[in-house]
Parts: sequence; structure tokens; C-alpha cells
Amino acid sequence: MSATPTATSSERATHLTAPRPLGDRIFSIAAAAAGLLVLVILVLIALSTGNEARPWFEAEGLTGILSNNWDPAHGHYGALAFIYGTLITATIAIIIAVPVSLGIALLIVEVVPKRVAQPIVWFIDLLAVVPSVVFGLWGILVFAPWLAPHFKSIASAVEGIPVLDSLFGSPTSGQSFFTAGLILAVMIVPIVTSLSREVIATTPPIEREAAYALGATKLEMITGAVWPHSKGGIVGAVMLGLGRAMGETIAAALVIGSSAQITAHLFSPGDSMPAVIANQFGEASGLQRSALIGLGVVLFVITIIVNIAARAVVQRSLAKSRGA
Amino acid sequence: MDEHHEPNAALTDQPVTAPAIGAQASTPYAATTPETVFEAESVSIYYGDFRAVTDVSFQIYQYEITAFIGPSGCGKTTVLRTLNRMNDLVDGARVEGDIKYHGASLYGPNVSAAAVRRRIGMVFQKPNPFPKSIYDNVAYGPRINGVRGKDKLEEIVENSLRGAALWDEVKDRLKKSAHGLSGGQQQRLCIARTLAVEPDVVLMDEPCSALDPIATGRIEELMQEIKSRYTIVIVTHNMQQASRVSDRTAYYSVLTDDKSDTRTGVLVEYDRTERIFQNPRDPRTEAYVTGRMG
Amino acid sequence: MAVTTPPPAIDLSDHATWRRVKSNIAVALMVVALVLVAIPLVLVLYTVVKRGIGVISWDFLTGDIGPQISKQGGIGPAIVGTLLITGAATLMAVPLGILGAIYLNEYGRKSPFAQLIRFMSYVMTGVPSIVMGLFIFTIWVLRFQFSGFAGALGLACLMLPVVIRSTEEMLLLVPDTLREASYALGASKARVTLGVVIPAAVGGIVSGCLLAVARAAGETAPLLFTILTVTSVNSSLTGPNTALATQIFSNATSPYDAAQARAWGASLTLIAIVFVLTVAARLVTRRLTTPKR
Repeated sequence: MSATPTATSSERATHLTAPRPLGDRIFSIAAAAAGLLVLVILVLIALSTGNEARPWFEAEGLTGILSNNWDPAHGHYGALAFIYGTLITATIAIIIAVPVSLGIALLIVEVVPKRVAQPIVWFIDLLAVVPSVVFGLWGILVFAPWLAPHFKSIASAVEGIPVLDSLFGSPTSGQSFFTAGLILAVMIVPIVTSLSREVIATTPPIEREAAYALGATKLEMITGAVWPHSKGGIVGAVMLGLGRAMGETIAAALVIGSSAQITAHLFSPGDSMPAVIANQFGEASGLQRSALIGLGVVLFVITIIVNIAARAVVQRSLAKSRGA
Repeated sequence: MDEHHEPNAALTDQPVTAPAIGAQASTPYAATTPETVFEAESVSIYYGDFRAVTDVSFQIYQYEITAFIGPSGCGKTTVLRTLNRMNDLVDGARVEGDIKYHGASLYGPNVSAAAVRRRIGMVFQKPNPFPKSIYDNVAYGPRINGVRGKDKLEEIVENSLRGAALWDEVKDRLKKSAHGLSGGQQQRLCIARTLAVEPDVVLMDEPCSALDPIATGRIEELMQEIKSRYTIVIVTHNMQQASRVSDRTAYYSVLTDDKSDTRTGVLVEYDRTERIFQNPRDPRTEAYVTGRMG
Repeated sequence: MAVTTPPPAIDLSDHATWRRVKSNIAVALMVVALVLVAIPLVLVLYTVVKRGIGVISWDFLTGDIGPQISKQGGIGPAIVGTLLITGAATLMAVPLGILGAIYLNEYGRKSPFAQLIRFMSYVMTGVPSIVMGLFIFTIWVLRFQFSGFAGALGLACLMLPVVIRSTEEMLLLVPDTLREASYALGASKARVTLGVVIPAAVGGIVSGCLLAVARAAGETAPLLFTILTVTSVNSSLTGPNTALATQIFSNATSPYDAAQARAWGASLTLIAIVFVLTVAARLVTRRLTTPKR
């Protein structure tokens, strides 16, 4: 028995079926739209740049694009030298950065106590925020000139030795594939270290204990318990670093030497896709501009593929580690 | 705190806990008194400022199974891990007092923790095989200790797996991943892995708590089989298990200081298992084993 | 039975010296790796400070940009440009990014669409900054004009996925019990999110945004093709503008010593701005995040 009249209880019942308040619906739509924006932007990037690059694709065709003939004066825009330069500098960067990043990641997770680990992490984060252009400035005004005489001495030292000679001979100034690779290496260390740390930390602590309980040294524990769990994810981290190295523009643009050539001599100047875009776009027009945008498209596609593959590898490894 | 037993010549196998550091056992022993493997003298264990375990003293004898029992938080696992220096892995862990292993101090200046752990092995609560093959799991210990030849390794692996009563079940799939085994099999694999380095002592930290009763029974059988060659110390939550398998039992409990609101673990009573379960001296022990508490 | 001398003590010292040495060498190599990375960072910072500090003066920081060959000249317009463009980019990217993260964590959750968005925002973080610059060039500059706003669009595109991902991480940390308590009082989803979840995560969100802003302030490539350059201050977002990063880039290749010196001064200024933002991010993390229990 209730004191309230029946009318009120049916009002109350109606309240239960009232439509969602307008503010709430607007909010959820806005949120979904914001998420959708990501997709929209990516599609737009592909479409707009692809469209602007079409004249180039049509003029050169696939064989033209893959030829080593970048000659704006005569209207030829073969991109092979830039693709080569991108791959070479990224490879050099990976070869240098991966062992270093792994070492730092292991140091942070497995070796030092927590109070020391935190400052090291901050230090690596510091490295990540230094603007690329500052690295580039230092590279072109300080580092490259410093490297030049060292290149010369290495080149004369390896003169005559078969493989080394073609890799490290023939230096000119300090601006080269190698210089760019070195600076790129420094710049991708933070991301490779960060991802490696995440992967290494998924090693189950009880397996670490099992290794120690058998009398293992720290190195033996790492190779026995940590490595089997981490190797998949670390491959992913390496791929991610590769993607970043390929796309890094400004530092490379300043120190790579801007000389479109394909050569095995790492100490000679070269060029890469992001570098040539940065350096030539300002004054380009017409077909050249279209070609440069086209290089951007190629870069876009390559880095997307590498990043997706990297993510897939890391996800699989993390899932395996946690599932096991 | 710990029990002081009066030396009693009539009971020749009555253990004497060291009442103070440096005191010599003065009971005349019969020739059958087992050799002392561990001697803990007034051991207190700290994590930072927190004193987890206070003033524990005991002796553990060779080729016996000694059980540590007690309620949660009483420090029995902490004490166990001190016996093979696994507490070193915890930031801020500190041991006061001394633990002697066959007369040599485990915490002395030149002692290598890795050398300690080679002789004093450990099996953990949750089976923790490496993500490798069965063979590689067992071979890991010998390999890092320098054993190289393939024949020698195979021999060690087979002997260890036999010793853990697992050989017949896995001999045809040694190269398969260890994670394909059942929980009980994985735990026996971990035991085999520990036996492969030929330790003197096997410490077990609640080895059956993650296993079903049948697997538990097999591990208990295994313990009885291997105790003629290894000294075993087992921490267990399961009193029936302790009374089934062990020769001696140590009952730990929590001591609360109401004034400072601190808790710490202490050794209440340590004696032959029949004594602890049928005729304990300390009322706290009696309360625990009869199920009135904890 | 007489008390005999105790048996010879067991030798527990380390005989596996080679194994121990190998392990120590490995650890030493790890430390070497850290040092190897520290060297360029320290060198760069040291050089920037050494070569830049002499250039910094009030005139430098406020003066107009002169011709490269000139010994006079400042970077005033570039500072204004950087602050203006980065600020505009932040105003665009942060609200959208937070909204997007709210969608992912509070609404979409594990739905296929949300998984797709999550994956795509990850992919978007890997898009090279120069591609973003080309993109804004084609869809905006070609249609409208070179402007600070175009540059801001480019930076915002770079920041958006970063803000989404770091915010989502923070939202994930907010325990569900908070949400449930709010729902149980009859609040709508929007109210729960804005009233309870966001405030609980605000420290981490702000910190993540500050870091995104710090990175954006240092970006060059998206600005190269979108803002052109100016020599005097342009405090509106329309029309060409300049920024510290682009100025440094163009001065870096200049043959004139004075221009190079200005590049160092500009670098020092830019690094100072970036560091302030990074330190602010750390402080926010410490002060505003609830400590984990």
C-alpha cells in the first residue's frame, strides 16, 4: 500500500523508458567521430598524395621510377638512388642501434636496482625529446667535419683489403651514408629501447628464479630464461626501429650529402627519400614536385608496411609470453 | 620463541637446538645420529626495516625430510629461501645471525651465491620450466656448469628424469616443449632439472600447492624415493602432507607486538614429526595442528 | 667421545670464475652501451649551450630576422611562430585526441571498429613527419595558402595519434569500481566519463599531452612545405609564418658564420622550450597522479 497516487508511479515508470539525454548522445557521437578521424586522415593521406603523384607515376612508369636517373634538368625522375639511400642508412642505423638498445634495455630491467633504473629511463626519454633538427645542426656543423679526417685515415688503412676497401674507401667530406646512419642510430635508440624493455619485462619472474636457483650467473639467467621469451618481441622492436629510421627526415637531410648516387662506399655522400624531399621541395614545381610527392607516397607505403609487420610480431610475442 | 630441549641421555636421537650462538651440543650421541647439514643460529631476516623473521635457530639433518609448517605470513618460506641465498634477489633483504652448511657459513665473505645454489637446489610453488624442450630444460643446469659432451649430457638428462620418476612418460618426446606437459609432469620436470646439477639438498617451496591430489601423491612418493640421496626441506601449508612425508617438522608462527603493531615470524617448536603432531610441547603448536587456529 | 676439531669446512667460494667473468663482461658491455648513447646526447647539448649562449640576448630573442649574411638579426618571429603554431596544433589535437581515446576505452572497447581505430592510430604514429607535411601541402596549401594554420594542421596530425594512445593508456588505469559507483547513482555515460574517469586520469593525460607538445615544438618537416617563411613577426595564423625549427634548418646550410651562430642560438631556445615542457610533464606526473596503492 503506497501513499503516492498511481499517476506518479506510472510517471516513474515512464522515466525508465525515456530516451537517452541529448547531451549524452552527442557526446558519444563526437567521441566516435574523433576516433574515426584517424581513419579518415590516413585514407586522405593516401588519396591526396597519391593523386598529386600520379603525373610522375604515369610519366615514368614502374621501370622509370626504379631507375637511377634523377635529372630534373632533363625531366627524368628515377628514384632508385633515394630508395637505396633510405635502405642503406636505415640498415646502418639498425646495426648500430639494436645492440646498444638491447644492452640498455637489459641493463634497466635485469641489472640495476630500481632507484638507478628510473634515472636511466629519464635519460633515454631526454634523448627522445631533443629535436631532430638540433641533431642535424650538430651533425652538419660539428660531427661531419670531425668525422672527415677519421674517414680519410680509415680509408687509407683499408686500402687494398678486398671487402673493406669497397665499403670504407673513397671518403670525401664528412657528410655521407655512414654519418647519416650514425645519427639515425642515436635517434632510434629511445624507441627500440622502450619496446625492448616492455618485452623483456614480460619474462615470468619465477623462471628467472628457477635459473638462479640452479646456480646461474646473470648472463646465464638472461640467455636461459629471458631470451626465449623476448626474442620474438625484440624482432618486432627492431622492425619498428627500422620504420622510424627510414622515415626520419631532417637529421638525415642535413648530413647525408645530397648526392644522388648508388655506391657501396659508405663514406661517400648520398641521398635518401626523406632527405631529397626536404631539400628539393622548396624550389620544385610541376613534374619534379609530383615526383617528390611520389617519393613521399613510396615512403608512406614502405613505413606503413614495416610498422604493421612490427606490430603484428610484437603483439604475437607478447600474447605468447603472457599466455604461457 | 624457540624451544630449548634439555639434553637427555636416554633419548639418543633427540635433537638439541643451539640455545645460543657458539654453544656446543653436549649430548652424547649414538653413532646413528645423522650429520648436520644446516645449522641456523639466531637468524633474523629483514626486508628493509621490516623484520620478517626473528631469532630462529635450528639444525637440519642429512637424508631427512624436514617440513616447515605454519600459518600465512609466519616466515617459513622466507627462512627456506635463506638456505640457498635466494633472498639475495630481493632488494633490501638482509640476514642477521648465521646459517652454516656443513660447518661453513653460507653468508661468509668469500661465499659465492651461485656455488651455494648449485649444491642447494630449489623447487618452486608453481612449476616454472623454461620455454624450451624437456631435454633442454634438464640439460640447462649441467650445460652452464660446463658439461659439454653430448653423450654425457644425455646420460645426465636420462638419470635425472628417472630420478624424478618422469623418464618413462617423456622419453619419446624429449625434444618437445616443456609447456606441453601437465602440471604434475611439469613439476617433476622441475625436480629433474634440479637433480641434474647433482645437489646435496633439495628445498621445496609448497611444491604441490598448484597440483591436483593425484599429482601431489606422486610427488610425495618421489620425495620418499629420493630422500636416501638428498636432504629435503619442504615448506607446506598442508599439515597432513607434513605428517605423511616428513621426519622432522618445524612449526612457525606469527608474533604480534601489540604495542608497536609489528608482526614477525618466529620458530615455535621443532621436533620429530610424530612428536609435533601427537604430543606437542607448546600450546600454540597444539592449537595449530589440531586445527583450532590457522 | 671427545670433542673433535670440526671437519674441514665446505668450500663455497667461487670456482666458476670464467662464467662469472663472462657475466661481468656482459654487464660491462651493457654499461658501455649506455655510455655510447650518452656521449652524443651530452655532446650535442654541450655544443648547443656553448655555441648558443653567446648569441642569446634580448635583441636576439625579439629582433626581426635579417638576411642570412647579416651580422645583425634575431629570431623573434620564429619564437612567436613556434609558440603560435604549436599552440594552435595543441588546441586541435588534444581535445580530439582525448575524445578519440574516450571512444576507444569507454565506448568502443573491444568492438571490431574500435580495434580497427586502435590499430590505425598505432599505424599513424609511424607515418613519417615529412609525409604529413606533403599531405597538408596537397590538401590545404594548394587549395588555400601557405599559413601558420596549415603548419598547425600538420603538427596536429602528428600529435593526434600520440595523444590518443597515451590517453587511452591512462584511461585503462582508472579502476572500473569508480565507474560503477557513478553509474549506480544514475549518471549517464557522458557524465561518468567526464565527471569521474577523466578527473581520475587527468594527471597522466596532461603529462602525456605535454610530452606530445614538446615533440611537436621540435618538428621541422611538417612545417617545411606549409608555412613558407617570414622575416618579421606574424602573430596570426593566416599567411606565411616561420618557426624555430625551420629557421634552424635553413640556417644550418648557410655558409655564413653569423647565420650559423643564430642557428645555435635558436637551437638553445628551442631546446629550452622543449625541456620546460618535458620537466612540466614530469612534475605533473608526480603531483597530480594518484599514487598506486
